[in-house]
Amino acid sequence: MSHKPTPLFDASILVPAIGGAFQKLDPRLMVKNPVMFVTLVGAVLTTVSIFTARTDYGFIIQLSLWLWFTVLFANFAEAVAEGRGKAQADSLRKARKDTMARRLHNSAESSVPASALEKGDLVVCEAGDVIPADGEVIEGIASVDEASITGESAPVIRESGGDRSAVTGGTRVISDRIVVRITSEKGNTFLDRMIAMVEGAKRQKTPNEIALTILLSAMTLIFLLVTITLKPFGIYSGITFSTPVLVALLVCLIPTTIGGLLSAIGISGIDRLIRRNVMATSGRAVEAAGDIDVLLLDKTGTITIGNRMASDFRPANGVTEHQLADAAQLASLADETPEGRSIVVLAKEKFNIRGRELAHPHAIFVPFTAQTRMSGVDLDGRSIRKGAADSMKSHIEGQGGTYPAEVAKAVEAASRAGRTPLIVAEGCKVLGVVELKDVVKGGIKDRFARLRKMGIKTVMITGDNPMTAAAIAAEAGVDDFMAQATPEDKLQRIRAEQAEGHLVAMTGDGTNDAPALAQADVGVAMNTGTQAAREAGNMVDLDSNPTKLIEIVEIGKQLLMTRGSLTTFSIANDIAKYFAIIPAMLMATFPVIAPLNVMGLASPQSAILSAVIFNALIIIALIPLALKGVTYKPMGAAAVLHRNLLVYGLGGVLVPFVGIKAIDVLITTLHLA
Amino acid sequence: MHATDWLQFALFLGALTLITKPLGLYLLQVLDPAGRTWLDPVLKPLEKLTYKLLGVDPRREQDWKQYTCAMLAFSLAGVVFTYAILRLQGVLPFNPQGLPGLSHHLAFNTAVSFMTNTNWQSYGGESTVSYFSQMVGLTFHNFTSAAAGIGIAAALVRGISNRKTNFQVRSPNAHDGSPNPTNLEVRFTLGNFWADLVRCTYYLLLPICVVFAIFLVSQGMIQNFDPYTKVKTLEGAEQVIAQGPMASQIPIKMLGTNGGGFMNANAAHPFENPTPLSNFFQMLAILAIGSGLTYYLGRMVKNQAHGWAVWAAMMVLFVGAAVTCAHFEAGERVFQLVPETATTEPTSLETRFTLDGNMEGKETRFGTFGSSLFATVTTAASCGAVNAMHDSFTPIGGLVPLFLMQLGEVVIGGVGAGLYGMLVFVVLAVFIAGLMVGRTPEYLGKKIQAKEVKLAMLSLLVLTASILGFTAWACVSDWGVVGLNNAGPHGLSEMLYAYSSTTGNNGSAFAGLTANTPWYNTTLGFAMLIGRFLMIVPVMALAGSFAAKQAAPAGPGTFPVHGATFTILLIGTVLLIGALNFLPALALGPIVEHFLMGKGGLF
Repeated sequence: MSHKPTPLFDASILVPAIGGAFQKLDPRLMVKNPVMFVTLVGAVLTTVSIFTARTDYGFIIQLSLWLWFTVLFANFAEAVAEGRGKAQADSLRKARKDTMARRLHNSAESSVPASALEKGDLVVCEAGDVIPADGEVIEGIASVDEASITGESAPVIRESGGDRSAVTGGTRVISDRIVVRITSEKGNTFLDRMIAMVEGAKRQKTPNEIALTILLSAMTLIFLLVTITLKPFGIYSGITFSTPVLVALLVCLIPTTIGGLLSAIGISGIDRLIRRNVMATSGRAVEAAGDIDVLLLDKTGTITIGNRMASDFRPANGVTEHQLADAAQLASLADETPEGRSIVVLAKEKFNIRGRELAHPHAIFVPFTAQTRMSGVDLDGRSIRKGAADSMKSHIEGQGGTYPAEVAKAVEAASRAGRTPLIVAEGCKVLGVVELKDVVKGGIKDRFARLRKMGIKTVMITGDNPMTAAAIAAEAGVDDFMAQATPEDKLQRIRAEQAEGHLVAMTGDGTNDAPALAQADVGVAMNTGTQAAREAGNMVDLDSNPTKLIEIVEIGKQLLMTRGSLTTFSIANDIAKYFAIIPAMLMATFPVIAPLNVMGLASPQSAILSAVIFNALIIIALIPLALKGVTYKPMGAAAVLHRNLLVYGLGGVLVPFVGIKAIDVLITTLHLA
Repeated sequence: MHATDWLQFALFLGALTLITKPLGLYLLQVLDPAGRTWLDPVLKPLEKLTYKLLGVDPRREQDWKQYTCAMLAFSLAGVVFTYAILRLQGVLPFNPQGLPGLSHHLAFNTAVSFMTNTNWQSYGGESTVSYFSQMVGLTFHNFTSAAAGIGIAAALVRGISNRKTNFQVRSPNAHDGSPNPTNLEVRFTLGNFWADLVRCTYYLLLPICVVFAIFLVSQGMIQNFDPYTKVKTLEGAEQVIAQGPMASQIPIKMLGTNGGGFMNANAAHPFENPTPLSNFFQMLAILAIGSGLTYYLGRMVKNQAHGWAVWAAMMVLFVGAAVTCAHFEAGERVFQLVPETATTEPTSLETRFTLDGNMEGKETRFGTFGSSLFATVTTAASCGAVNAMHDSFTPIGGLVPLFLMQLGEVVIGGVGAGLYGMLVFVVLAVFIAGLMVGRTPEYLGKKIQAKEVKLAMLSLLVLTASILGFTAWACVSDWGVVGLNNAGPHGLSEMLYAYSSTTGNNGSAFAGLTANTPWYNTTLGFAMLIGRFLMIVPVMALAGSFAAKQAAPAGPGTFPVHGATFTILLIGTVLLIGALNFLPALALGPIVEHFLMGKGGLF
């Protein structure tokens, strides 16, 4: 699947969309959008009145043409939005081509088509095989190329047990051999759901969209009343309002702008998410993302880069920092953990001590075990050990050595500062403390500050002790933290926040995250995670980047903002349209009403036509905005409201005055009215 | 407007501002069944006795359906009671003039009118209803319809504010009679209708009315049971001067935004509104409770800034309306009432117009400003008392009261009705603009979703449909047009005004419309019923829906419902929705009339 940003107007999308606009004229589809349905009925009525009218053919023909355009433009907007999704679906489909699977039955292998696989079947995949369906690795380890789903070319490791056991149908095994238990039903694989999602096939209206549709329908009903009652008012006043003119008034008043763009906004919101490699299981989840006000973030990988790094050497009394560094490096040479490597690197950086040859003939490396909880080296009669403070303390005291007070103090100070102290000792002599530190990701603090401005509370989840957690929390600038958190704690915390009325989002990848992912209002599962986690969440991040949660929230907010802004704009437009149409309707009988024609429109017919044309063209003009979403800046609700009210509220009042006048000048010059 | 007019206006606004907080605080006590007031020693026994007689437990909380049903049942009983009195008044006491019973359609119209807090009068008070009917049949409703309105507003506010009531429900199989603690049920309740009704009447309306009545008597208002006085005028003609128990009825007419006059001339009558001072305090009484309720709102939702923001939106609309009306009535525009041979200098008529303004249909003791302000006040609220003929206002001067009613009388508005009407607009404003901050719209932490939007729009739709629908019907029907005194756009304004007034439960008349006909009485009666109850039911459903919602705690991402931006947004929403719905009709009525008048066309 290509993740290059598709240009907004790509001929391969636009041309089919024109056809789509006509197909969508089907009344059975139109009736789902009451605003545009009323417009369609208006267009039909006006077209019919061409044949019954006795005068003004040119005017009525033009009017009905523009009314049809209004409907078609709205359909076109929806078709373009869908077309963008379809383009992505097509590339996904290529990955779904039917493959042969090697089904394992009673340890006998047989070749069956992938489509014949049942949930619970076991299949074997070796290097070069395409994984036939979603499943869980139950045996072996393999590197898998998931580019067809994620667009990421680097292969990922999938292995049985643990949190990286889920594999996706359509991805390819590059090395080794795995046995996979199929977990998806036929036709309901991750890929199938993804295709359905981007195509909008299963698109259901979100709660917010439903509420907005009710508002727009009710307004349409009110304006229908306003227009229909105008007929008897006209009879009383001695004016005969013709059907085309009343239809023109009605169509201009009902919120066609937002009505026409509403579904395009919704589709493109999901589309934006997919472009960032996030799959949502429903539009509802995208919308909920905008409402999130509490983010639960795992410390590791989200706030800090994966591992702790050695940051300081704190020698004991009578020991130089150089000696400590040298001993620490020796003890870590065989330690392949990132922490061990970082000690080697730090010693090299600080004192230029080179990493010595590991294959020293007399070096005996002592690996870390759960019993001793330390590691080290025996070299030339020296016995160097490093380990956690409490285990080292008992090690030293067991050998008859003393555990110096200043070291104990240094250990405590390090813990308080959020660092992990490691004691280095030679024989029974304590050399000092190496401090390991969590490295907070660059720029994360600014991001949290932005979130705070948006009114979102960030909570860091970590297995660290409270002291360490507090220090990292302070450094990263999160609002709150949960130390020594178990998955059950997470679930409890989410429930507690929700009970207070908050909406909570979190990321997770392990099976034990699944309950919390399911409980959260927005649960983003990592694609590298287990199948259970991916099923429990309502979004999957294909890049497995926990920081993505922040972008997801922003996309959700932008979606809602776009709807609100265009609704406000659409309603505010009506003022200018009234000033164009009402004087035009009354002018013939009451010429004194002329001062109300504030735009100085040339004639009643040109005024009505201009308003209708503006009403149609504004839909086309706003398609890019509907698809891209309104500009989103992280700021407080009050500031956002202020800005958007000015732009879309006041702008919505003023723009049509200019637009209608310009169209009037144009059509008058062209002698169209 | 003269300097003295501005001074009077400033005094009025100042006084209204000053009483808002104390009244709001007092309302907080009155609307809490456990609240304490300084009148408790006197009124508490009476209150308890009333509950005992009604057989209600004031502490028993009701959900929205129970509350609404209680209110509807009470209203139905009231309307039957009054209908009976009006029909039978000929045989009832306190009828020194021997006035006969009312026709069935007038009795229906009048009973509905007073029960719905409208007080539309298709009749002239002194020539149609007896003292007994006034005191028992009508004044009763003046108190209770006002108290019910306040109760509905309070119920909505309770629903919005985050309060839950825990109910201990007795388990049906707990034979020992002890409440089963596992059956603790959370119900979303809105208060108790009977407690609200009784407490508002006893603690709020009655005491203020007693003091106000004494003040009005000091200004020259009458209070007696005498037969009408026959006098000889200086010219020797015979005149009948109506009498009656007026001071006991007028305070509640204003305070409860009822507006039904004791006399046909309403507050233009020298007995009913004797002095400029009585005029001032009557206007203040109209807006007092509505204004105080905004403070009550702020207190209840624990966001006083929100209460003041709603109040500010109301006040800005009010000041704008009052100044517009007064400006056009003061006649500072020069009207070209030029004779056919328009070659002469401006006529003396034109000069007089510029100096004194439009005095037609106005009392000299109030002047153009006292009349325009009264007209604005009475239609901003759903009062409907008048001290001048709105029919004789200039087209734009008359458009102001008409438009205020069409906005739903949310500019301070009727007691209770104004607040709940405004809160419907708040819900819509928050919904439309709330999306713009990138969250599901929340009003004070409670999400506005499909159900709330449906209910809010329903109440708006009902208002528009009733006003436009009935007017459209009337203006193409013989029964509608025959009642008109004036032709052309002014005639349309008269019909539009009648249905706007009744649907809005205002009750003021544009005059010029002979409404005491079976058709008008019946359609206007239905407009009143629709305007009251088809508004209240969705509003109460809204209250119930809000009550059941969990409130999200406020944060920087929360939609702000206070401050200038919100106030402007609210004003914009009210004006936009009002203007969009009624502009075409208004264009054919007062607006076209205004331009025609500029060319010398009169109707």
